[in-house]
Amino acid sequence: MNTQTTETRETTGGTGRWLLKGVSPLGEEATDVLVVDGLIAQVGAGLSDDDLDERTTVIECGGQILLPGLVDIHTHLREPGREDAETVETGTRAAAKGGYTAVFAMANSNPVADTAGVVEQVWGLGRDAGWTQVQPIGAVTVGLGGKQLAEIGAMAESRAQVRVFSDDGKCVYDPLLMRRALEYVKTFDGVVAQHAQEPRLTEDAQMNEGTVSADLGLTGWPAVAEEAIIARDVLLAQHVGSRVHICHLSTKGSVELIRWAKERGVDVTAEVTPHHLLLTDELVRTFDPVYKVNPPLRTDEDVQAVRAAVADGTIDVVGTDHAPHPTEDKECEWTCAAMGMTGLETALSVVQHTLVDTGAITWRDVARIMSRTPAEIGRLRGQGRPIEPGEPANLVLFDPAAETVVDPATHASKGRNSPYRGLRLPGAVKATFFQGHPVVLDGALTQPHPAAGGR
Amino acid sequence: MKHLLSTQELTRDEAIAILDTADRMAEVGQQSVKKLPALRGRTVVNLFFEDSTRTRISFETAAKRLSADVINFSAKGSSVSKGESLKDTAQTLMAMNADAVVIRHGTSGAPQRLATTGWIDAAVLNAGDGKHEHPTQALLDVMTLRQHRANLTGGETQGTDLEGMHVVIVGDILHSRVARSNMWLLTTLGARVTFVAPPTLLPVGTQHWPARIVFDLDEALAENPDAVMLLRVQRERMHAAFFPSEAEYARWWGLTPERLDALDRAGATTAIMHPGPMNRGLEISSEAADSPRSTVLRQVSNGVAVRMACLYLLLTGDDAQ
Repeated sequence: MNTQTTETRETTGGTGRWLLKGVSPLGEEATDVLVVDGLIAQVGAGLSDDDLDERTTVIECGGQILLPGLVDIHTHLREPGREDAETVETGTRAAAKGGYTAVFAMANSNPVADTAGVVEQVWGLGRDAGWTQVQPIGAVTVGLGGKQLAEIGAMAESRAQVRVFSDDGKCVYDPLLMRRALEYVKTFDGVVAQHAQEPRLTEDAQMNEGTVSADLGLTGWPAVAEEAIIARDVLLAQHVGSRVHICHLSTKGSVELIRWAKERGVDVTAEVTPHHLLLTDELVRTFDPVYKVNPPLRTDEDVQAVRAAVADGTIDVVGTDHAPHPTEDKECEWTCAAMGMTGLETALSVVQHTLVDTGAITWRDVARIMSRTPAEIGRLRGQGRPIEPGEPANLVLFDPAAETVVDPATHASKGRNSPYRGLRLPGAVKATFFQGHPVVLDGALTQPHPAAGGR
Repeated sequence: MKHLLSTQELTRDEAIAILDTADRMAEVGQQSVKKLPALRGRTVVNLFFEDSTRTRISFETAAKRLSADVINFSAKGSSVSKGESLKDTAQTLMAMNADAVVIRHGTSGAPQRLATTGWIDAAVLNAGDGKHEHPTQALLDVMTLRQHRANLTGGETQGTDLEGMHVVIVGDILHSRVARSNMWLLTTLGARVTFVAPPTLLPVGTQHWPARIVFDLDEALAENPDAVMLLRVQRERMHAAFFPSEAEYARWWGLTPERLDALDRAGATTAIMHPGPMNRGLEISSEAADSPRSTVLRQVSNGVAVRMACLYLLLTGDDAQ
């Protein structure tokens, strides 16, 4: 990619003019895309002659792929409370580098995002940072305690306009409380995102329950503990006529349940993480806690099942479950280690590797599962839109021919807990346009959106 | 062999080398001066994060009989509750120039972490990690089984494996590192393993294990196995609904006087083994524990010899005398 500025661009209130020459929207026929002041102005070959004036920056794309900016339905930004692990600033830098123009920030901060005050704080921190859009997720229950509904309505009508509610990290286990939450969020077209984990069946659980846990003597996290909750919640959602989102589905049985529920007409959406598309519990034999995550890495049979489910549409979205941890929380014995792995900066490469390069899906599908559908689930306007004139210029330019050996030390996230360390992955994010402004150019962070902090 | 972390990774030749060395070490224990100068000037650290007086004393005796200096580091509770990380504890010991670290830890994989992270460069001996492995226990059990067969046949132990032997292991397989280490080592050496347990105390995911699994102890004992090994049952398991009562456990899975009589009537040569400490009246009756079939005390003395052999081989890198 070559970036040549014909003249210093005007930034009077706008974000300038950018011409992406020879770019392949959704990996299809190459064309030119002109971005002017935050919007896609024109799409079509041969724009360059007339529109290349002195205020336009031309980016020669050489057939690289243009996708709508990615939307992560499942990110842990850790702020407030665990700024040693990640901040909104560092987490959104990581998001921008990974091609994300919006992230949904999970509620398990400290204090928990269970009031309008906390969600507005996170929303404001994201707006001030200016690297990507931060859309807070509200807690379902007070303090994620599973006992009492949080102030869902207040969060919905706050400036953060929360539409997704989740106790992620903990399951909304009480079936009656889950029913009430599913019903209540209908008031404003919200959704409950369930972390499906039957708590009694997973006490002290350390890894997938199966042949590897039998050998290692680590307490198992059985697939049935996920599947039992999914079965219950799709039935509940159908009964009360609500929509429900299943976070980080990880087992073959869960796929079959979602498929069954969709056939019955249940309004359910399902998410899989990049790591559940690639890694298996065999890695736990190393006892390296970088592979400790919740839900745990499963078997190869599960990996193949979730890949097939993305391909046939049973699974709707890929969410990163980006979960940064400080080094000391991973540099210890397995059972003492924190659960979770980073993912924002590697997600698109893992999806290319596991789904596109294998022929399971197309780049058009990638746009659907990583941008359009997550935005729709979260009712996020201006994200996940088609690459057409008049649409907001939230875009990611991706070079599928590049290769990267993952080195967590180079990541913008504070977390160094990437399970892909040393792995050669295909593809690289070359540029990320956030509301018309390139927060990433030539694969490197530039400046936050000029309007950041000033609105 | 740089470390001894598990029996799953131990080859037949490595195991026999340890066992043959242990036989010779056992002779030292019979002498009036029970000491060899082999590890003089070397330092062995016993790093015990779990209370285990028996295993610690066994390793301490083994190291001292080889003239090594011994440091006992007993960390009550986990490293985290103590406030110091495993990494810092290990590096502190390395700063004292330890040559070998014998580690007992409540977490599966802690010894492997020490051996593979680069935190320390000493030899690591697993003295029991979580529910994972307890390799020296399996080695001392195998040493005992070799002796048992040699006593019956009048043959030698040196260089032999356990080809054709049948060992029944009874009890809490789910939580037992002893059962896992024995299964791998016994089968590597040619023995056949039968696990007998209530289904609640068996792990899920054992299809690939080289062991037959049955629920009926009498069925397994009717085959007149070469040995029956009773695993210690933690009494608190009852409260977690693994079995309804101690009486029922003892009746179905305990080595009762009636089952002992049945072995005698059948003329079986079955040895009775237990890794200790025993719950008399639960998994093993006093009659069985005190019968001539019992190898419990032999196992204890073999434990010292096996641990001498492991320390010697790891620290000298040599299986000669």
